[in-house]
Amino acid sequence: MAAEPNNNQAANRRVIGKLLLTVVAMFGFGFALVPLYDVFCAVTGLNGKTGSQVADFKNMQLDDSRKIKVEFLASLNEQMPWEFKALQDSITVHPGQPAKVDFIARNKTGRDMIGQAIPSVSPGIAASYFQKTECFCFTEQLLKAGEEKVMPVLFIIDPSISEDVHEITLSYTFFIKPGTEEAGSRVITSSVSKTLANHTK
Amino acid sequence: MSAVIEEHHDDHHDHKPTGIGRWLFSTNHKDIGTMYLWFSFTMLFIGGALALVIRAELFQPGLQFVEPEFFNQMTTLHGLIMVFGVIMPAFVGLANWMVPMMIGAPDMALPRMNHWSFWLLPGAFGLLIESLIMSMMGMGSAPNFGWTFYAPLSTTYGPDSTDFFIFSVHMMGISSIMGAINIIATIMNMRAPGMTYMKMPIFVWTWFITAYLLIAVMPVLATAVTMMLTDRNFGTSFFDAAGGGDPVLFQHVFWFFGHPEVYIMILPAFGIISQVVPTFARKKIFGYSSMVYATSSIAFLSFIVWAHHMFTTGMPVATELFFMYATMLIAVPTGVKVFNWVSTMWKGSMTFETPMLFAIGFIFMFSIGGFTGLMLSIVPADFQYHDTYFVVAHFHYVLVTGALYAIYSAVYFWLPKWTGNMYDEKLGKVHFWVSTISVNVLFFPMHFVGLAGMPRRIPDYNMQFAEFNQMATIGAFVFGFSQLILLWNVVKTIRGRSTVKATDQVWEGAEGLEWTIPSPAPFHSFTTPPTVK
Repeated sequence: MAAEPNNNQAANRRVIGKLLLTVVAMFGFGFALVPLYDVFCAVTGLNGKTGSQVADFKNMQLDDSRKIKVEFLASLNEQMPWEFKALQDSITVHPGQPAKVDFIARNKTGRDMIGQAIPSVSPGIAASYFQKTECFCFTEQLLKAGEEKVMPVLFIIDPSISEDVHEITLSYTFFIKPGTEEAGSRVITSSVSKTLANHTK
Repeated sequence: MSAVIEEHHDDHHDHKPTGIGRWLFSTNHKDIGTMYLWFSFTMLFIGGALALVIRAELFQPGLQFVEPEFFNQMTTLHGLIMVFGVIMPAFVGLANWMVPMMIGAPDMALPRMNHWSFWLLPGAFGLLIESLIMSMMGMGSAPNFGWTFYAPLSTTYGPDSTDFFIFSVHMMGISSIMGAINIIATIMNMRAPGMTYMKMPIFVWTWFITAYLLIAVMPVLATAVTMMLTDRNFGTSFFDAAGGGDPVLFQHVFWFFGHPEVYIMILPAFGIISQVVPTFARKKIFGYSSMVYATSSIAFLSFIVWAHHMFTTGMPVATELFFMYATMLIAVPTGVKVFNWVSTMWKGSMTFETPMLFAIGFIFMFSIGGFTGLMLSIVPADFQYHDTYFVVAHFHYVLVTGALYAIYSAVYFWLPKWTGNMYDEKLGKVHFWVSTISVNVLFFPMHFVGLAGMPRRIPDYNMQFAEFNQMATIGAFVFGFSQLILLWNVVKTIRGRSTVKATDQVWEGAEGLEWTIPSPAPFHSFTTPPTVK
């Protein structure tokens, strides 16, 4: 084998070619994980992401034999200067019973801003049964300087949800729409971490 | 007898280039192997120094020596340097030296690529360590997000030096991929006539499989850091929920690389132990083919267990069960290997030279690390152990008393072949015993504080953990400084004064092609391929 260098060169080239192809394919596979992950999570509801579409609830039957407590969390991304909260902490509903809650957001700054709320449902297995018929998270929200806005969420819990689920937490985080933040948001971040460091001293 | 052959070699083939150019421009597998090993040894002392900073800070509760910010940089760079700068280059160095000699090849298949893959490393680590030096000079922070660089710590909150880190990881990745391609090409195309796949030494086999793992997962690591790069600088939102991304995705991509990576760091160690144990037990390895199949099974399983690092991210029970059972399954082929080593020793006529001591130390202490790994794989238990010092104890048992001990075993085992001189056996034994006692004083108490709930990567801790932490710190300093014994022994052996010359076979029970060539191994060996019966 080793005695014939010419054969070896050809064989080496074949090996290099195949392996480089594998490298490129795996590099691509890494990126393919992004859509794969989204599809996987959309099908299984694993990461607590709820549908971003208006749900269809015509065929849902009211199941008044059990109750589910739905709690609401409203939080802000640390770069988001708004005020944001839910008007109720929680409500208790029957599966299949439409319900409405109000959230309130206020733009404290002196400029018009666009925000986007990202919902998350916990436990993750409840996410695909938590159907929203109206939500401020379906669209971007424009708040003028100093404006306050009451934003409703209409939802219904699919009665086919597992009997084990007794409590559901719906959380929203408001983000500045990427690209519309003020320049120097990195500076804010690093000053936050400096404050933290000083705090621990 | 060998004198005649050697003179012949000297005349025609053994023209070594001289001076610094020999090292800078070398394409010789032995020189490159040597450079890899010295690089790794240097990084071991740098990474070790960072570990001692961590241990010094943890000697007492409260903050003593360093700020929490700097402590975070220490844990991050210690991990990165030890994983990518010590263990991996040391194994590649050993592969460079030994694979061609073990399969009867004159050199690696692609010598120039070999040269390139080594010389990327000093650049990559120069960049990483530069960020630490700049941090110490007060010019911003070095990477401080842990060696796993989870988003958003490394994206939204990463210091400016994160971009240095990203480039550095890209370079290390390219280096590893080229090294792996080279090793596969060498093993596939350069074996001596008669050396069938199932006659290859186990070290060659384990490296063959490791190289495939590298090819499969290093590109995925490159993807992860590329996504970080674009998230940080080019406005993408792979890991940013504000733009529709998901930080948990980062953990999936990272651990899809990260779990096979831990087998990349242990399979060559299995190979080394499978060479050393038969030599000093003076028996053939027990269950050769089961070793090969066990290694392949471990490599396959390593791709379907990654989410066991993420049990606490909120996965559904079915997924957790799958990853738990798949993880436990790995204990089966690993157990096959451990039992094969023990069976090889069974009724062998054993002697306990330093390489064998480190090999037995490996088998014993790696098994401890394996068992704690099994404990961590149990989902309900993992919720308690996650991110505690128990995890730190676990992976240091498999990486220090596992991978590093195997590398030490290999160095003592093959050093006489490389230099032509026997190392100082007494010094080697002192090195082993001081290391083994101190490494257990260092890492064993971490199990206890971890089970009691001490979190990892935090510079301060509750009073109740003080005694065990003091023990660990004392162990750390003894262990750290006892590695200077190895450095002294290696330098002494290379200089060759006051040491015994090694024979060609070196060890009485040694079998294999590398022991048929003279000691020290000539600059060019097997220029005409040997025939393997």
